[in-house]
Amino acid sequence: MDPVDDVEAPAVDAARDDLVATLAEALGDGLVASEVQPGVDVWVRVAADSWLAAGVALRDRCGMSYFNFLSAIDWQPSPFGRDMDAQVDGPEANDPGPMEWGTTGGETRFQLLARVHNPATGLGVTVKADLPGDRPEVDSWIPAYAGADWHEREAWEMFGIDFRGHPNQVHLYLPGAFEGNPLRKDYPLLARRIKPWPGIVDVELMPGDGDDESGDDGEGDDA
Amino acid sequence: MTATTDARKLAYIAGQAADARVNVELETEGMTLNIGPQHPATHGTLRIIVRLDGERVIAAEPVMGYMHRGYEKLTEVRTYPQITTLVNRIDWLGSFANEVPFILAAERLMEVEAPPRAQWIRTALFELSRIANVVLFLGDMGVQLGAITPVFFAFRDREFVLNQIEAVTGGRFHPNFDRIGGLKDDLPKGWIDETRGVLDRIRTFCDEMEDLVAGNEIFQARTRGIGVIPADVGLSYGLSGANIRASGVDWDLRRDSEMGLVHRELDWKVWTHPDGDSFARYWVRLQEVREACTIVGQCLDGIPSGPVMAKVPRIIKVPAGEAYVETENPLGIMGYYIVSKGELVPYRVKIRSASFNNVSITPWLLKGVYVPDVISILASLYFILGDIDR
Repeated sequence: MDPVDDVEAPAVDAARDDLVATLAEALGDGLVASEVQPGVDVWVRVAADSWLAAGVALRDRCGMSYFNFLSAIDWQPSPFGRDMDAQVDGPEANDPGPMEWGTTGGETRFQLLARVHNPATGLGVTVKADLPGDRPEVDSWIPAYAGADWHEREAWEMFGIDFRGHPNQVHLYLPGAFEGNPLRKDYPLLARRIKPWPGIVDVELMPGDGDDESGDDGEGDDA
Repeated sequence: MTATTDARKLAYIAGQAADARVNVELETEGMTLNIGPQHPATHGTLRIIVRLDGERVIAAEPVMGYMHRGYEKLTEVRTYPQITTLVNRIDWLGSFANEVPFILAAERLMEVEAPPRAQWIRTALFELSRIANVVLFLGDMGVQLGAITPVFFAFRDREFVLNQIEAVTGGRFHPNFDRIGGLKDDLPKGWIDETRGVLDRIRTFCDEMEDLVAGNEIFQARTRGIGVIPADVGLSYGLSGANIRASGVDWDLRRDSEMGLVHRELDWKVWTHPDGDSFARYWVRLQEVREACTIVGQCLDGIPSGPVMAKVPRIIKVPAGEAYVETENPLGIMGYYIVSKGELVPYRVKIRSASFNNVSITPWLLKGVYVPDVISILASLYFILGDIDR
């Protein structure tokens, strides 16, 4: 969405507000937070207990019959060389720093992320749910959306999130004996320990370009 | 001695009975067959384990991961401009189209808009990627069913499209041409006229395929009524692109959503087919290539003058926030969910690729079909392994 449309878009987005209202009615306290960017997108955050209920409500009451994807976010920053200045990640863990959540906030380390659509209206919604860091566990969405099957297997192996009631929770991409959950932030990217990353040169400043990095405001004025 | 002989005899009789489809349900010993990992129908390394009862599939389980490259992890240590190089390799037949949704998502977070000329050229290249990608499907589907000729036509004519993409971007397969805020470069001189000639070739190719493949009696016998996907099942599995439109769902992001490209300013049509079978999927893709030619033709006429790059900082830091942008790619809906914390690298990128969802329906779809139909159904779903495994 371009910024011009953002200005022209109405400050109130009736369709997306209705969606949030319908969900609030269906889930009660299960709807924790929501955010509507008028004319752009909508996010809702539900309680983990209401996860399956949210899926069913979206499908049956909001016409969201199209299952788009399901994944997760690990909000605990990586303790390994996250900054681009490090050529090689050190084996020792640094202080990962505090957790900062994104749109609609958060409370715990893991956040489920799913998106469904209404093919008739073209409206899509991103659903989130907080899951604890130690034993993330949630109901499977398969009863609501059959397509959640593989996405949940992927989230299970990549993030270690357990989906209750999943009929076949086995590895999807990784070999059967694989240990660990690669997309967790504390899972090291071993390639960066073995050899320096050649791409590092791309983000170095050119001589005399030192003012560019602080020049974001100036650039914005020009544009 | 008698016990084993009797057992064998009984087993033989039982087998005969099963073959003759005698009205009792007999317990026969199933057979497990591996299709792949290296199989022409899999366009890469997908392995499908099918359990057979005679010629009939009773269970099919795709095994993936032979080509998993961990892009979602790698994006967390790459800067935004570097990520386009990675995502290029997701759907390698229509590479430019992979870059577009990612760039659009980053642009939305940065509140940058590409200049009109860049948007029009983007649209033209986006649709040329679709042509390059789907043209191969139109020929390849014939090969899966035993017709060798069409695929040579497809490779021949695709080359002209690739030449045009290469002329602009410098890369036949991996253009890496899209930039946050616009495009790397402007069009080369004479490109527009040359492309018109190529579009004519592709239109001719579509006519040839309609006669040679879609009009072929054997092709129709092998695809009509095979692998039928009802619309509601397709939606719940998240099928997209021609796969869902072949089931009668009239939904195309190019027309129905603000993608950030100029499709909505152009005059073209979304094709659907009510049947939902393999033939419908082939037919819809055939029409889509024709429509893509129309779109590119209109782009060539309408490209406005002006710069191709907006003013963006040299070092791109995307403001904190989350954005999900999806586009109607050659294989279906492709989207990127970007979580940014205002750094040089994204915090998390969820890549929603079309083929992953499109293939996830196979355990449901292949149940009960005959072995030769497995190949035609897989071919008609049209997936690229890089797009499944990411």
